[in-house]
Amino acid sequence: MWSTLISMLIEPLQSEFIRNAIGVSMMIGVLCPVVGTYLIVQRMALMGDVMAHCVLPGLSIAAFFGVDRSIGAFVSSMLGSFFVSWVRSQSRVKVDSAMALTFSTFFAIGVTLITLLKNKLDLDRFLFGDILTVTLNDIYATAAIAMLVLGAIYLFYKELLYYTFDATGAEAVGLPIKWLHLGMMMGITLTIITSMQVVGVLLVIALLIGPALTAYLVTQELHHMMFLGSGIGMVSSLVGIYLSYYLNLPSGPAIVLVSSSLFLLMFLFTTRSTFFKRTKSHY
Amino acid sequence: MLEVQKVSVNYGSGQGLDPVSFKILPGEMVGVMGPNGAGKSTMMKALLGLVPVSGGQVRYCTCPLHQQLEKVAYVPQRSQIDWDYPATVQTVVSLAATRQLGWFRRSSVATNVAIQQAMERVNIWDLRDRRIGNLSGGQQQRVFLARALAQNAEILLFDEPFTGVDATTEDILFRVFSELRNEGKILIISSHEWGTHLAEGLTSLDRLLLLNRELIASGTPREVMTRENLRLAYGRVWTHAFHGDGKDDDLFC
Repeated sequence: MWSTLISMLIEPLQSEFIRNAIGVSMMIGVLCPVVGTYLIVQRMALMGDVMAHCVLPGLSIAAFFGVDRSIGAFVSSMLGSFFVSWVRSQSRVKVDSAMALTFSTFFAIGVTLITLLKNKLDLDRFLFGDILTVTLNDIYATAAIAMLVLGAIYLFYKELLYYTFDATGAEAVGLPIKWLHLGMMMGITLTIITSMQVVGVLLVIALLIGPALTAYLVTQELHHMMFLGSGIGMVSSLVGIYLSYYLNLPSGPAIVLVSSSLFLLMFLFTTRSTFFKRTKSHY
Repeated sequence: MLEVQKVSVNYGSGQGLDPVSFKILPGEMVGVMGPNGAGKSTMMKALLGLVPVSGGQVRYCTCPLHQQLEKVAYVPQRSQIDWDYPATVQTVVSLAATRQLGWFRRSSVATNVAIQQAMERVNIWDLRDRRIGNLSGGQQQRVFLARALAQNAEILLFDEPFTGVDATTEDILFRVFSELRNEGKILIISSHEWGTHLAEGLTSLDRLLLLNRELIASGTPREVMTRENLRLAYGRVWTHAFHGDGKDDDLFC
């Protein structure tokens, strides 16, 4: 039985594209939950979704001018996040409405530009990703961005903790909260662009939020949430790819479904414990 | 000395704060009183440059205060914080060391000692590993008090510290405020209620600022708490248990 299991685990690794897929998805499995932790504690979970949709106009323009698409995507996504902040600060419009307006507008601009500029962008790939076409260069690029973002979070951990917990208090002690906010938005954007090609725009948000939210249910500290979230992210990626290989499922959704199932399990486990505690306290 | 000269805030549509001026000496405990929406929090934030001011300046020891924020500890209203944030009591109090440590440094022996002492001073050392969301309102307020103490600031601003706290916390707040005053710190405490013992709370103040979108009165609590001033601030006749028969203009008589 064990030998069958081991051979089932080893068999997919013989293909290079599966090895590449596992490598890149494990890195994203670590990176997304760490960055997603900040989105969750700031109640900005949907901001990731907004920024992911906002990359489309940039992708289209970059493709038209023959510039690196990642640069276009980065600029466009940052513009989207600035637009949300600007609308929020200049009017009575609440953040959820500002986000809904921004992402639908940017997405519409993107789709229009693709038609007008006659881009050869594969919209399906943009939306759903294609982890099985990942090259070695993609792995190096993902590793570089993951190291950059995770390194910055490590270096500025205590400042980011202060800012995300108590922004007014952080400003009152003289921390440059505007720069911290900008840095955080850049980190989120870089993470989204990197993850996009693996799981696609529509599913990036699930990897940003799912594993970190599962960890949130059972952890006491922000860094514990990051570590446990990363572990769950890696397990989700690995199990998702194996399921995709053996059950012939699309890989992106498979990863996300594993992550969501883990959340559901943890949710039921924690609510069940709380329920029993409450029931006991009644007697 | 903390000098506030004609500081005003304009949010538009009539909201904001008309020019406010006052001076506070080291070792003075100053209360800021006024109804909800009177601009107490706005004034505190304006002093620190946390909201855009439309005029005036704030100086501490002749230099602008916003250039020496490391000397200030600001405790925001409890309601402004998401208490479901994944952090323990000790982590929140440790934030006090963020500015002292500077960039890239995690902790030092000196800051760890200061953090422990601050937590012991407000009786929360035993709660250090507890998640902040599992604390009572009073305990949460003490966490913020400890954070302010660990900063070892010269000027301390407390925004509505008495709101929703228990009697134990109230006693600790009054005790610590009194100790800080004796240490020569400047304390500014805003409140629309002065604890369950209003008279005791007010009499412990050196000075009281009565606010309602403008500075209505400033002076000792006895000078400020006149029926006319309170009517101007609250727009109604002030009635409270310790006012005696309600006929005197001076509410402390």
